[in-house]
Amino acid sequence: MSALVRAEGVHKHYGRNHVLKGIDLSLEEGQVMCLVGPSGSGKSTFLRCVNHLEAINRGRLWVDGELIGYRQSAEALHELGDKEVCRQRERIGMVFQSFNLFPHYTALENVALGPSLVKKESRAAATAHAEELLRRVGLGDKLHSYPARLSGGQQQRVAIARALAMRPRLMLFDEPTSALDPELVGEVLDVMRGLAGDGMTMIVVTHEMAFAREVGDTLVFMDDGVIVESGDPREVLARPRHQRTQAFLSKVL
Amino acid sequence: MATGTARQGLRPDADIKAIPIRRPWRWAATALVLVLLAMLLTSMVTNPRYRWEIVARYLLDGSVLNGLLLTLEFTAIAMVLGISLGVLFAVMRGSSNRVLSWTAAGYIWFFRGTPLLVQLVFWFNLSALYPTIELGLPFGPVFATLDANTLITPFIAGVLGLALNEGAYMAEIVRAGIVSVPKGQLEAASSLGMSKSMTMRKIVLPQAMRVIIPPTGNNAIAMLKTSSLISVLAIPELLYSVQIIYGRNFQTIPLLLVASIWYLLATSILTAAQTRIERHFSPDRDPGESYGARLRRNLTSRRANVKEER
Ligand SMILES: Nc1ncnc2c1ncn2[C@@H]1O[C@H](COP(=O)(O)OP(=O)(O)OP(=O)(O)O)[C@@H](O)[C@H]1O
Ligand SMILES: [Mg+2]
Repeated sequence: MSALVRAEGVHKHYGRNHVLKGIDLSLEEGQVMCLVGPSGSGKSTFLRCVNHLEAINRGRLWVDGELIGYRQSAEALHELGDKEVCRQRERIGMVFQSFNLFPHYTALENVALGPSLVKKESRAAATAHAEELLRRVGLGDKLHSYPARLSGGQQQRVAIARALAMRPRLMLFDEPTSALDPELVGEVLDVMRGLAGDGMTMIVVTHEMAFAREVGDTLVFMDDGVIVESGDPREVLARPRHQRTQAFLSKVL
Repeated sequence: MATGTARQGLRPDADIKAIPIRRPWRWAATALVLVLLAMLLTSMVTNPRYRWEIVARYLLDGSVLNGLLLTLEFTAIAMVLGISLGVLFAVMRGSSNRVLSWTAAGYIWFFRGTPLLVQLVFWFNLSALYPTIELGLPFGPVFATLDANTLITPFIAGVLGLALNEGAYMAEIVRAGIVSVPKGQLEAASSLGMSKSMTMRKIVLPQAMRVIIPPTGNNAIAMLKTSSLISVLAIPELLYSVQIIYGRNFQTIPLLLVASIWYLLATSILTAAQTRIERHFSPDRDPGESYGARLRRNLTSRRANVKEER
């Protein structure tokens, strides 16, 4: 069985700052991977490479069997055009630490926008689907609220619904609860837990170790642009093998 | 009774009815302003040298109204073209293509850097530089040859001058608006699979509008008066048409008052329109709070805001 996400020797540098130094990983369909590591280790950068918000400098990245950002022919690697890149991104949802909701649209419009503009769904169909998703994340009563009138936790749930509206094959979460007040973290994690239960494939950058232990199928510990260790979250969290993992976990647990 | 309410105010479980703080200086300032305003008004009404009867006679004069119409026409055309050029050059300026971004920078540099009067006269005299204008392929065959003298009428020269100049200013305004939109908005749009042009139209420009509209309104109001410069091309817009009249009857001040009244009226209408447009592009703002109220809040309660942003 082929993996939904596969990275082979992925390198990324910004100028002379070498951020990713050879990332290899693979993720089966329906699995949840939690990515942890100290600040600056390259977790966000890796996520952004997966949907080609950043172009990688070496290695290969596949999602759903498709090479991301490039097309391989017999003799060369070709950059994909904007249209192709957009088509690849349609199937990869992303949720950001700072929500990034569109402030000039209501919650409902935020969620319906992608399907109606990008997938050319009819307005009625897109709105109906958006409404259903917002109900699913517990915001059936906030359909017509603008983001500025929502709490952080509510905004993040709208953002999750917005990503889900594109019916993605893969969801990327970049520290979705880090900007939230502690009492709002739970409601967002509950939604994510539900998604994992429904079989969504997810890569989650998080500092919520309890969530990683409970929901994650694999935990990947990154430091300084490399994967230091990975495995079953309960195993890694209980018995980290590497000294760097131990040092990190002793700080966050 | 007075003691009754005061007593009530003392009970911690009753609604607070405190005696407002006294602001004597605010009263003094208000009184001073009112006195000065009254003096100004009286002098305007009682001083016969204003010649209000002449003002009244010419206010609805045919050539004045024609002039007003021309002024409005030039303002509208120049603003529409200027805004379009501004959007075009702002987007070019932000392009990763160096040729495009440097061309836009050069345009802005030139048209902001030379006096509008010079540009107007330049366009009017274009035929001295290019006697004929040829339509055809670059460096290739020519399909039509136009005489620059007949093509560049005073009207065309006026429109070209005002619009190209306005476009340079608008480009900077639009650019400021575009860069004011946080990067996260672009990333969120990209991650949904939206194309660059779609992101620009649906996400970036609508948000940039909040930053773009106030200075654009300012520019439109300025254009109303700047357009009087086209009188050098002998176009009888509002100011020039009253100048023609007082050139004949020497009633300079009353006629300038006539022009000013029309300029003020047009400005008021533009200001109202600006407020409406600003509202339209801020749908997520509290509709109950007026702009004046927001301005007051922001002027007086900086500490509260700092706390809010935390
Ligand atoms: N756009 C960029 N340009 C230049 N350098 C960047 C850029 N984005 C990230 N970096 C650098 O890449 C390194 C890794 O950043 P990244 O955001 O991936 O870390 P992270 O693991 O997500 O950290 P955090 O937990 O703080 O979010 C950092 O040194 C950062 O300075
Ligand atoms: Mg990060």
